[in-house]
Amino acid sequence: MSEERTGAQIICEALLREGVDVVFGIPGGAIMPFYHALPEYPELRHILCRHEQGAGHAAEGYARASGRAGVCVATSGPGATNLVTPIADAWMDSTPIVAITGQVSSLALGKDAFQETDITGITVPITKHNYLVNDLSDLPQVFKEAFHIATTGRPGPVLIDVTKDAQQARVVPDWDVKVNLPGYRPTYTGNRRQIREAIQLLQNAEKPLIMAGNGVIWSGGHQELRALAERTGIPVITTLHGKGVFPEDHPLSIGMPGMHGWVHVNRAIQECDVLLNVGGRFDDRVTGKTSTFAPNAQVIHIDIDPSEIGKNIKTKVPIVGDAQIVLQTMVEEMPERTAGDWLAHIRSMQEKHQPRQRYLRRPDTAALMPHDVYDGLNMALQSRGACKVVTDVGQHQMWAAQLIDWMSPRTHITSGGAGTMGFSVPAALGAAVACPNETIWVICGDGGFQMTNQELATIKQEGLHNIKVAIINNGYLGMVRQWQELFENRRYSGTPLTGPDFALLAKAYGLPGIVVETVEQVDEAIKRAWDYDDSVVIDFRVEREANVFPIVPQGQSIADMLTEAPEPVSAS
Amino acid sequence: MKRTIVALMQDHPGVLHRVVSLFRRRAYNIDSLTVGTTETPGVSRMTIVVDGGDIEQVTKQLYRLIEVLKVSDVTNDPVVEREIALIKVHAPKAARAELVAMCTVFHAKTVDVGPNTMIVEVTGEPAQVDRFLDVIRPFGIKEMMRTGRISMIRGSQAHQAALEAPEDAPALALAG
Ligand SMILES: Cc1ncc(C[n+]2csc(CCOP(=O)(O)OP(=O)(O)O)c2C)c(N)n1
Ligand SMILES: [Mg+2]
Repeated sequence: MSEERTGAQIICEALLREGVDVVFGIPGGAIMPFYHALPEYPELRHILCRHEQGAGHAAEGYARASGRAGVCVATSGPGATNLVTPIADAWMDSTPIVAITGQVSSLALGKDAFQETDITGITVPITKHNYLVNDLSDLPQVFKEAFHIATTGRPGPVLIDVTKDAQQARVVPDWDVKVNLPGYRPTYTGNRRQIREAIQLLQNAEKPLIMAGNGVIWSGGHQELRALAERTGIPVITTLHGKGVFPEDHPLSIGMPGMHGWVHVNRAIQECDVLLNVGGRFDDRVTGKTSTFAPNAQVIHIDIDPSEIGKNIKTKVPIVGDAQIVLQTMVEEMPERTAGDWLAHIRSMQEKHQPRQRYLRRPDTAALMPHDVYDGLNMALQSRGACKVVTDVGQHQMWAAQLIDWMSPRTHITSGGAGTMGFSVPAALGAAVACPNETIWVICGDGGFQMTNQELATIKQEGLHNIKVAIINNGYLGMVRQWQELFENRRYSGTPLTGPDFALLAKAYGLPGIVVETVEQVDEAIKRAWDYDDSVVIDFRVEREANVFPIVPQGQSIADMLTEAPEPVSAS
Repeated sequence: MKRTIVALMQDHPGVLHRVVSLFRRRAYNIDSLTVGTTETPGVSRMTIVVDGGDIEQVTKQLYRLIEVLKVSDVTNDPVVEREIALIKVHAPKAARAELVAMCTVFHAKTVDVGPNTMIVEVTGEPAQVDRFLDVIRPFGIKEMMRTGRISMIRGSQAHQAALEAPEDAPALALAG
């Protein structure tokens, strides 16, 4: 127990004490002592990624799939700066990751030594907290605090930068450490008075809505959410990051709000008289122009982070607390009520607007439409079970949110707040490690895939067989092209995109690749990929100029949605 | 409009950077910022004077910083505010008597005398320091440094944070 350890050994033991079983990383000079110690701890699996960005997204994917903190490791300088994108991504999406970076020796700090970068300085605005450790006896305390901070309250990324000499020196570690953070005491139980006021508002509302976001997933409050909805008959909206927290086949589920939400959902928001937002942060992609958002609503906002309440939308009843605990209290104290005409009214709006959006098919083309692929995927996903879907950023991401029926929490993993292209393949790698018995589908664009596809080599090296990559290959940076088509008179500047033959590329990585060019091939390809005992890449070559509808033009009111292109698109 | 914020935080390396970063991110200009120790060892106190903006939001975001213990916007509170200025002023023999007379009026102290200059120290409310500077400017100011203000609420109400923060600090601040 009281034996001397190197700082590197202490790091490994601290990770094990925090229940970590896998780290994603790439070695280099300043982190070599840690890598030297690693083989002594076989319980700590190391997954060698091909780029630190991939290691960071893998840690995020691991966290999002499992609910536990993901860990990534990099060397100083470029290794550390390559982690900046995934750290920023985790910050925006409140994902608990702990990033460990090597730093030059303490004597060289601040002297522009080889591969010195001030990574704690760089990451101040994108971490929940960070540490620069140059005294190895601080390591047990720092690691305990870091995991506590990353995983409690509103989760988020924490970075620990450890100088090389602190990793190399020896000390008898003192594991008798307690988290002592007097400035960090998240509030979990909501204020009673505020909760009562919220119940009162909902009770008297004629057109109430519940909007559920990421916070409900992280608090584990999906059952309480469902209980509250069922007890009160209040229709439920799920945001992009709330997808799965409320089953979309539930009679009270009405869909996604915002820029690419359904028309009837946005109209319902504009009409509602009380809006209960639980665990969402009123992102501008949800609200559109805030001054016109939900003009008739009194807003109740439940969030564990007080700084989110009232930030974007004026709030009548702020409730700071953990979504699950607050919802549970509301379920216990809320009298029963029924939906009445309000739900029927929303459904009639849905009837009027939905089918056209859902099955938008260009009559003048025989090309494979993205929607055909999603229909096939959705059917397969619903029938097979035990799977997760990781999406990238772009049109394919929005189609996935719209066209797949999301049934349970942590099945939909995407980069929302930061919108980081290249997120999906490495995040799926992390999810596949976290959930080896589930099939992890990736849905990504040809653009995003080309940003991080080298992690297919990691997937191969690690022998991960449960990742199935569906590329919605439209030969464009599609989402940007769509904006250019709709708002810039089809000026396709910087958006046409070529790529390698993705199936051949998969083969080069040692993975099966499948090409799909017609509607008829879709189901068969999905089935083959699913049943194949290896990770697979499917190249769905879809219609190049399909669009995501509806769309709220940026900065405009969600009352003003475009449901089709202003002018008919020519088939050239 | 200028707002005065008083914040208590753990005395750790880097904490100043974290606090300042929040204002920088929004492109708010910090008018003055003072940091120093407090009655509690390990706790530092900052008085930040900042021009305009959504201070309530920034205040809440300051609470997100792990090391920040307590934040108050004291702009509209009854406070005692003090600032110190050191002024090196041109003071040939002929001008000294008048200069010293001015200093007496403003309770300023002469803290150094050179062949042709004097260093004067004035302490007071920032507006009073402004007035003093106006008065002695005609003598010729060669060098001047102000500390920025420190603020404390009058009466028995204490802006304290032991290293044990009250359980629901941010929430209560919000609900009240
Ligand atoms: C790292 C990064 N760079 C640029 C963007 C801007 N951007 C948003 S969507 C998009 C197009 C994505 O193209 P693709 O991956 O092919 O997906 P598609 O929209 O065609 O489905 C771009 C370039 C981004 N979100 N992330
Ligand atoms: Mg594309």
